[in-house]
Amino acid sequence: MDSTKATAAQTPEDGKRNAEFEARIARGETIEPKDWMPDRYRRQLVRMMSQHAHSEIVGMLPEGNWITRAPTLRRKMGLLAKVQDEAGHGLYIYCGTETLGVDREELVTQLLNGTAKYSSIFNYPTLTWADIGAIGWLVDGAAIVNQTMLAKASYGPYARAMIRICKEENFHKKQGFEIMTTLAGGTPAQHRMAQDALDRWWWPSLMMFGPHDKDSPNSEEMTKWGVKRKSNDELRQRFINLTVSQAKAIGLEIPDPQMRFNEATQNWDIGPIDWDEFWRVVKGDGPCNRERLAARNKAHAEGEWVRVAASAHAEKRRGKTEAA
Amino acid sequence: MAEDSQWPLWEVFIQPGGAAPHEHAGSVHAVDAEQALQNARDVYARRGEGINIWVVPTAAITASTPEDMGPFFEPGNDKPYRHPQFYKVPRGVKM
Repeated sequence: MDSTKATAAQTPEDGKRNAEFEARIARGETIEPKDWMPDRYRRQLVRMMSQHAHSEIVGMLPEGNWITRAPTLRRKMGLLAKVQDEAGHGLYIYCGTETLGVDREELVTQLLNGTAKYSSIFNYPTLTWADIGAIGWLVDGAAIVNQTMLAKASYGPYARAMIRICKEENFHKKQGFEIMTTLAGGTPAQHRMAQDALDRWWWPSLMMFGPHDKDSPNSEEMTKWGVKRKSNDELRQRFINLTVSQAKAIGLEIPDPQMRFNEATQNWDIGPIDWDEFWRVVKGDGPCNRERLAARNKAHAEGEWVRVAASAHAEKRRGKTEAA
Repeated sequence: MAEDSQWPLWEVFIQPGGAAPHEHAGSVHAVDAEQALQNARDVYARRGEGINIWVVPTAAITASTPEDMGPFFEPGNDKPYRHPQFYKVPRGVKM
């Protein structure tokens, strides 16, 4: 893999290629796998895309937890399809990452041994059925805002995976919002359950956009290279503005006493985000970090027989074809 | 190691229906062509996206290189007479 090579001293040739590359980005051209790209662009993309792919895979766990306990068959079918989509989304992005010269196996190993990062949101527990509604509405809603921006990323395979994902994810958000709408308009106990889920998922959802721009070390570079087209804070604000009216429409309250509509900016201003909590969860001490990794490792180990059987079956068929 | 390996890579092309040609969708890992087709269906066609799927071993694809892009496509770039706009039609005649 190219990215393991140390960045050698810049030769005049490198300087010229770099300048050409940056000119292409400036012209809004799409970078394709075989095009020349700075080593750092490649490495940053591998980091960002693999974290994104891992998030889709780990993201199946909090919701998978509720498939067998969905309240109706309609809800169960919807949730099953959503969780299956997340597996597909993980595979789209792993496949995109592989075009940068890294093997999926290598990435999966990093996820399983705990050296890879994934979105911290999935380290929170799903305590009630309302949490499934809150995840679809807020977590997928936040993801759509982020991924709509990434669908214009400068790297072709990443952008194309995002376009495919965005098309599918609208269903995720709507199925979540439907769950929340039903609970919020149900019995007082159901309404409380919906409000409790919003209370617990609101702030972690806002943290999904990452640190404030001034504290986000990778943002500047990713913006310069056209991978990110909007800043963390811009995306977060867009999500807040969209979500506040949705919460109002179904009679739920955003758990932020300091939230105010700012007439001058036409934005909803929010109270301070607890970044200590964010960093605690990122660094591995969230409520479910260990449980998620253990579940992922267990699933991988339990799938071993399927992989062995598929290999043996293919081997046997090859033998037959050769004998014939 | 075979049991834990990711298996060969296959490129997936889906024909969306109508008279449209197959279009590249992405790739899958699979142990053989049959499994590649099944994986491609599960990964890239969960919502009736296609009426036909091709899977091709990634290693079997030969592609033109970006470095040669200019000279490689040059022969097609300087021949305006291959386009209908090149030819004149008398005024008032509808083609």
